[in-house]
Amino acid sequence: MSSPESVVAGAVPASGRPRLARHVRLTFDPSRERHVLLRPECVVVLNRTGADILDLCDGSRTVAGIVTELRGRYARVAEADVQRFLAGLVDRRCVVIDPEATDE
Amino acid sequence: MSKPFGLLAELTYRCPLACPYCSNPLDLAGYRDELDTAEWLRVLDEARDLGVLQCHLSGGEPLLRRDLVELVRHATGLGLYTNLVTSAVGFSRRRAEELHEAGLDHVQISIQADEPGASDRIAGTPSFARKIQAARIVKELGWPLTVNVVLHRQNIDGLADIVGLAEELRADRVELANTQYYGWALRNRAALLPTAEQLDRAEEVVQAAAARLAGRMDVVYVLPDYYERYPKPCMGGWGARQLTVAPNGDALPCPAAQTLPLPRANVRENSLEWIWAESPLFGRFRGTDWMPEPCRSCDRRETDFGGCRCQAFQLTGDAARTDPVCHLSPDHGIVEDLVRAANSEARPRVEALVPRPHRAGPS
Repeated sequence: MSSPESVVAGAVPASGRPRLARHVRLTFDPSRERHVLLRPECVVVLNRTGADILDLCDGSRTVAGIVTELRGRYARVAEADVQRFLAGLVDRRCVVIDPEATDE
Repeated sequence: MSKPFGLLAELTYRCPLACPYCSNPLDLAGYRDELDTAEWLRVLDEARDLGVLQCHLSGGEPLLRRDLVELVRHATGLGLYTNLVTSAVGFSRRRAEELHEAGLDHVQISIQADEPGASDRIAGTPSFARKIQAARIVKELGWPLTVNVVLHRQNIDGLADIVGLAEELRADRVELANTQYYGWALRNRAALLPTAEQLDRAEEVVQAAAARLAGRMDVVYVLPDYYERYPKPCMGGWGARQLTVAPNGDALPCPAAQTLPLPRANVRENSLEWIWAESPLFGRFRGTDWMPEPCRSCDRRETDFGGCRCQAFQLTGDAARTDPVCHLSPDHGIVEDLVRAANSEARPRVEALVPRPHRAGPS
């Protein structure tokens, strides 16, 4: 299958506020003992860190804020790794990045 | 062994449409003894236990099943992501509201062409207006909408208008899939296979639409594999990610696999777990050990899994050969001949198509 899906691939700025795309569901799959993302034609199986990142993607926290919170839980958290993980999910239409609010 | 992600639940092969590219089997009479509600509920339970996360309710026309709402409610209750694949005939507002209340996650509506005349002609019944109405109801109720169009020689030239129609309907995804040649489509292949020139134009339309609609509508385009260098990774590998249950309870690694000369597996006789893990059918082409050359030593053996077993069987008579679509296949000449014929000056653009019947006749 050829699909021009990469055209909206975007960088994920530290100031961006990620959230799940509409109609995407984050759920726990007991048979795999993993969290998964579900959308119409796609299943993404997450590891524990991935699930933790997405749990914080509520549309109000920034990527930088998420990294700060993760540093309270994990020994080493590279902002670039979190950005790369989220960019992959943006590519797969599972995550949307809202720009930083400017009117504050 | 991996666990399956998706179940294609073919609830019935009855259909109000008569599309000549239908992938349902020619032998529709063999599927009249449909699983009843209790059997489907058990299949859904077993599928979930097996690891299935997505349930595609398809057919035929799934809305012809009176128990559809009950099946959807059960599937969503199990945590399955449910997708209705429909012609939209029978998708009344009331039925839609019931399905919505039952938790249906996503609706995929087929459209046969960009305008009513051609769409109704290909569908074999007046249905275009109802599809448009149904698409509006889908959006009103807040569902994500996929508009699905099977492309072929007789509608692909209207691709730009098809995309425009999907846009007007506020579809979240438009799936522009060239015909895959199984079932009735195989029977009608000569009249359906587009020319290279048609495909070049379609490719341009798709590229432009994808760029223009980026972020608003997913544009998914599936090439006709006869024109590809490598075969499609059919079903993500035999018995690896997906399974199909046909209306009569036959469980299949691929919806076209009922044509293969292999032992059957049926949910009326065995559990889905046994079928997935133990049955000779699902084990037959799992992994890479079954592969002949040139697949066996090919770098792509874990990428396309030797292509489609059903296509290999249809074109060569041997399901264990390399898919002849692959340019490395010793049988690739078969596909080249078909493509050459499709591009011959002598081949008319519009030829008569054999419609699939709405239901099985007396057998």
